[in-house]
Amino acid sequence: MKKLIATTAATALFAGAAHAEEIKIGVLLGFTGPIESTVAHMAPAAHLAIKEVSDSGLLLDGATVVGVDGDTTCIDSSAATAAAERLITSDRVKGIVGGDCSGVTGAVLNNVAVPNGVVMISPSATSPALSHKNNEDEGLFFRTAPSDARQGVVMAEILMEEGIEEVAVTYTNNDYGKGLADSFEASFKEMGGTVTMSAAHEDGKADYSAEVSSLASAGGERLVVAGYVDQGGAGIVRSALDSGAFETFHFPDGMMSNALVENFGDEINGSTGQHPSPTEELVERFSEVAEASGGDWDPTTPFTPESYDAAALILLAMQAAGSSDPSDYKEKIMDVANAPGEEIQAGELAKGLEILADGGEIDYVGGTGVELIDPGEAAGLFRQVLIKDGENTTVQFR
Amino acid sequence: MEILNAFLVLANFVLIPAITYGSQLALGALGVTMIYGILRFSNFAHGDSMAVGTMVAILLTWWFQSMGITAGPLPTALLALPFAIVVTIGVLLGTDRLVFRFYRRQKAKPIILVMASLGVMFVYNGLVRFVLGPDEHRFADGDRFIISVPDFKALTGLPEGVAIRTTQGITVITAVIVVAALFWFLGRTRTGKSMRAYSDNEDLALLSGINPERVVMYTWMIVAGLITIAGVLYGLDKSFKPFTYFQLLLPIFASAIVGGLGSPLGAIAGGFIIAFSEVTITYAWKRVLTYALPDELAPSGLVQLLSTDYKFAVSFMILVIVLLFRPTGIFRGKSV
Repeated sequence: MKKLIATTAATALFAGAAHAEEIKIGVLLGFTGPIESTVAHMAPAAHLAIKEVSDSGLLLDGATVVGVDGDTTCIDSSAATAAAERLITSDRVKGIVGGDCSGVTGAVLNNVAVPNGVVMISPSATSPALSHKNNEDEGLFFRTAPSDARQGVVMAEILMEEGIEEVAVTYTNNDYGKGLADSFEASFKEMGGTVTMSAAHEDGKADYSAEVSSLASAGGERLVVAGYVDQGGAGIVRSALDSGAFETFHFPDGMMSNALVENFGDEINGSTGQHPSPTEELVERFSEVAEASGGDWDPTTPFTPESYDAAALILLAMQAAGSSDPSDYKEKIMDVANAPGEEIQAGELAKGLEILADGGEIDYVGGTGVELIDPGEAAGLFRQVLIKDGENTTVQFR
Repeated sequence: MEILNAFLVLANFVLIPAITYGSQLALGALGVTMIYGILRFSNFAHGDSMAVGTMVAILLTWWFQSMGITAGPLPTALLALPFAIVVTIGVLLGTDRLVFRFYRRQKAKPIILVMASLGVMFVYNGLVRFVLGPDEHRFADGDRFIISVPDFKALTGLPEGVAIRTTQGITVITAVIVVAALFWFLGRTRTGKSMRAYSDNEDLALLSGINPERVVMYTWMIVAGLITIAGVLYGLDKSFKPFTYFQLLLPIFASAIVGGLGSPLGAIAGGFIIAFSEVTITYAWKRVLTYALPDELAPSGLVQLLSTDYKFAVSFMILVIVLLFRPTGIFRGKSV
């Protein structure tokens, strides 16, 4: 292994010495598999950032950048590892945009990226298990999508500010629901709130009156429903309203869709919620950039601006470090993503490269308003929602 | 006052839901018990026959709604119910003609009929999914509540409210009417008496000139009525989903066995025993006890015996206990 690292380092050194090098960036996403329809928009977004930088000719004295695709399949860890292995050892990529799904991302990170010392920035892996608090990733892993654990914290903050100090929680019985409920409960208690009961519900049942009865008995000013709007979550809300157990609710992202207000409308007035979403200006700007590039992909697809940002961050960090060697530029990723410095919007990568070349500092905003928090993951922008007169209204972004 | 509040909470979250659920189970268990008593086998296709009957009712409801026919404050499905029963009678009699009659003529052992009913279950299962798909359907319309919690509070000025949904009211009233009619039929009419005679002693019944095919036909017709009503009431009150109807098989059989297979009275008692056990064992008693007990005795925990996830386990437990200690059930039905 030592030898391999030495070789990689040596290659990087030689490459760094040469003028106008060709830098390769891996785009490791699930081009086939369960999220292939989303990846069809994510991958072009990553390539757009790469092309923008390459065309500017400003990166590291006129280096050109090429994106190389690799397929994670989203579910098959061995296929993803093999693809990453190929990107790093045969294509010699200097950084990887990816992976996409949390499971394969963890496998690639542990088996390929960390041993080979290559930076990975995932645009879409949200599992809290990927937060490396003790530097197990050697500072090589970042993500432009917020961890699910982050939403629990935001949720607790919103409820606290609303003056709600006692809630009951019900969650859909899977990794998403349990993770979110646990992280919420931990942060809510830390802020001085009380969770009277945290109970799981199974999706796909005809009747949730038993679950709601128990929650009602436990009491609470509001019911937090960490479920799915087209599954058990809706059944819980229906049953809670019918039995008068709870009048207002708090809905995390799984419940936040138009179906919610279509189903319940005025009945859930005063309920709150939040879901990750960039602000409208950011969405608009990114859409313009995407349109100008002439691609036929949809920039509003989830995780698409995150993909653009992941690629942009790798390249901007290279410029800041003055090197395309991952062990050099990995230190700079947090610097370029966060304040202080000049704000760089999507489509302004050339401007960012220029400032960095002159020794200035930048604060990359990009398509999603990137703000990285320890350990290298997006704080995420959450849209705080209040249901008023049977409509979803935006309170603020946080 | 405190006691009144405790009672209101109990009524809202335990009594009303359990009585409704118990009525639905009782109607289902009556069907199981009649087939067991007269046709002498456990019909595993029972849950899915309920799904077929409900499916027909849903399709008719949609058709009525599209023509603008509604029942005002009551669900349209009630109008569709009689027609759905007729169609379901056709389906069950057709199935009997195609499948069960063959084995009956062979004098096949009950277990063979049970296996045949398992096959029928899979066919019905596929049929419902083929027509309506595996998804959930809600077909209740009309007024949602007889009295809702805010109305109740406004009316009485009490801090705790009770909600009674229209579907809950309809369920209980319908169940009472259906059960009364069934008992009248079995006890007072000539056909009912001949059915009971056939159930008690097949050979004697044949000797006294009772036509067995007639008895079988009436049984299927009554069963079709019972399951369609039970299925539609359950679907109106909760929601229709093929898989949950299949799952209903367990509590329904538990009800029939607890009460004593073959005993109509037992089926009703069993339905309520299972429903009340499921609800009370998985209910968190904190709020009721906080009202009912003096302050110093008020519980700090939830006082919940079992998590709601174990609802089905309760049916199983009762079933095992009854089979161990009183295999013929409470009302001395036939031994399983």
